[in-house]
Amino acid sequence: MKAFSLSLRIAWVHLIAKKRQTLVAMLGVTFGISMFIVMISFMSGVNDYLMDLALDGSPHVHIYNPVKIERPALASSVYDTSKTWIKVHHQRPKLEQTKIRNGQKIVGEIKLMPEVSRVSPSLSSQVFFNNGPLQFSGTMLGIDIETENEMYKLYEKMETGSIEKMLTNREGILLGENLAKKLNVNVGDRVNLSAPAGGSFMLKVVGTFSFGMTLIDETRCYVSIQTAQKILGKPANYFTDINIKLKDYNKSQQLTKQFETMFGYKAEDWQEANASILAGEVIRNTLTYVVAITMLVVAGFGIYNIMNMTVVNKMRDIAILKATGFESKDIVSIFLFQSVIIGISGAMIGVILGAGISYGIDQIPFPARELIKLETFPVTYNVKHYGMAIFFGFLTTLFAGYFPSKKASKIDPVAIIRG
Amino acid sequence: MISISAKNITKYFHEPTTFKVLKDLNFEVNKGEFVSLVGKSGCGKSTLLYILSTMDTDYEGSLILNGENVTGKGQDELSRFRNNHLGFVFQFHFLLPEFSVLENVMLPAMKLSKYSNNEIEHRAIEKLRLVGMDEYALKSAGKLSGGQQQRVAIARALINDPAVIMGDEPTGNLDKQNSMIVLDILKKLAVENHQTIITVTHDHDFAKQTDRTIEMEDGKIIN
Ligand SMILES: Nc1ncnc2c1ncn2[C@@H]1O[C@H](COP(=O)(O)OP(=O)(O)O)[C@@H](O)[C@H]1O
Ligand SMILES: [Mg+2]
Repeated sequence: MKAFSLSLRIAWVHLIAKKRQTLVAMLGVTFGISMFIVMISFMSGVNDYLMDLALDGSPHVHIYNPVKIERPALASSVYDTSKTWIKVHHQRPKLEQTKIRNGQKIVGEIKLMPEVSRVSPSLSSQVFFNNGPLQFSGTMLGIDIETENEMYKLYEKMETGSIEKMLTNREGILLGENLAKKLNVNVGDRVNLSAPAGGSFMLKVVGTFSFGMTLIDETRCYVSIQTAQKILGKPANYFTDINIKLKDYNKSQQLTKQFETMFGYKAEDWQEANASILAGEVIRNTLTYVVAITMLVVAGFGIYNIMNMTVVNKMRDIAILKATGFESKDIVSIFLFQSVIIGISGAMIGVILGAGISYGIDQIPFPARELIKLETFPVTYNVKHYGMAIFFGFLTTLFAGYFPSKKASKIDPVAIIRG
Repeated sequence: MISISAKNITKYFHEPTTFKVLKDLNFEVNKGEFVSLVGKSGCGKSTLLYILSTMDTDYEGSLILNGENVTGKGQDELSRFRNNHLGFVFQFHFLLPEFSVLENVMLPAMKLSKYSNNEIEHRAIEKLRLVGMDEYALKSAGKLSGGQQQRVAIARALINDPAVIMGDEPTGNLDKQNSMIVLDILKKLAVENHQTIITVTHDHDFAKQTDRTIEMEDGKIIN
């Protein structure tokens, strides 16, 4: 302990004696650490935001019945295909319903699975909104309001009006914010909507919502599942989609496969549904870590250089210390202490600076607000990132300081004292 | 009791060409003896002293200091040995310039850590008083004159009460009067504390005052 404090004392005197070099090395670490924190906080802010967006806007598993364009030609059941070539051009799809057969039974079965938290059957269809002479196409989702509300936190996404009105008003409709703007309607107004198979209906706007994604906010509307069935002229057991929320969204891929084999319908997990949003994550992560670690390495080289210079400048001192009884390990610790002090103080300031800059970025208004609904640049504050920055910073300085220190301890005192 | 025993000490330098600096030296110094080492410049006095000080381990022969065979010991063990048993005053004054005079004297004792820091400070001031440098205790060592630095270096060599004190022209930078003061101090250490002293000198008056003079010429002891 005494030997330690003695080395520390000598290290300190050396640091104070070359204030400018010490400061430069420290600022290098400060810069590296703060940028490390800023980049990682911002990157994970973006990732978290996109992940939330993906998880909020879609079910964990979505079961549906896709329209099959290709099917075996009818002729192939008549002729022996090993002897006869059959070529059918421009095959038309069969008039096939996208209905999920035995829907109620499937929903019931899924509900009983322990991994599942909520199941919501729904009905989706393309519809047209009529605004005077103009028609806009959109997607109508017929839903069970209460379940859907719990699954997607619809209440959080409401811009005007209220969800509760949907429960009491059978003719009620919720419109995407941008869709409502296009149709120039407000809460209380009526909209005219027609189904692809014909027939048009007047519905009353009870609210508008926004998911923050233009694609959704410009096209989607919600009606109750009964209303949707009525608009499409279908019976009460008709639905096209089953949306499932799981207790743990990480299990979605495994369960998706299970559902496909169990029910024979196409099942899609939230990652697949949001592939375009999530695609960049690996690239973003890699890039950020590469840049952040490079900065730390550069800071490390700074320390390495300055410590090497110090060792060269302090050869005489090292020789005297060794001549008067200091051992190699004392010399190593003297110089290692110097770089660790530089590293720790630089890292501390870096952490504060990094948090400050992150906070600053957090305040900058997001420029592309029309595309996604985001007030300011997304930033995540995670203690883990700060810990990681300090850890890596410490490791770099330890590493950068070790080699010059080792070199110092190997100096032969006679060679220097002899002159 | 024998304090320094050197047997068949031979050393070569290989730069620029290989040549024998020290040629089969044999001598002994008794405990409490004050020995001076004289000879022409370049005859190998400093080289011999570095070997005796255990810092130079690149030699042939054997060396026993204070009853302990130091030949063949590892660097760290030798460091501890020096710290404990040897005091050394270099030919050129070597102090740590960023530390105060007091700290320069205290450092070897703090490394030894036989005493508390308070005691060490007390003892360091005493040693400084011995060489007449106690007034400068808090001054930065880098700001002293050559002669002053040399006196501080002597105080530092004494701090751990070493069994053997070695000096390479320790009075080289001092005027006659101060040289004689240092001589008296060293004499007193030998007589009163039975510390062994071996020092290189060019000063004949100085050499005459010591117990014995070893004369070297061309890497050999001639007297
Ligand atoms: N590091 C060295 N490499 C090669 N030769 C050296 C070295 N140091 C000293 N010498 C030579 O060794 C001889 C003895 O030097 P030194 O012991 O310093 O003499 P002194 O102290 O008696 O004046 C001299 O000829 C000197 O030039
Ligand atoms: Mg010499």
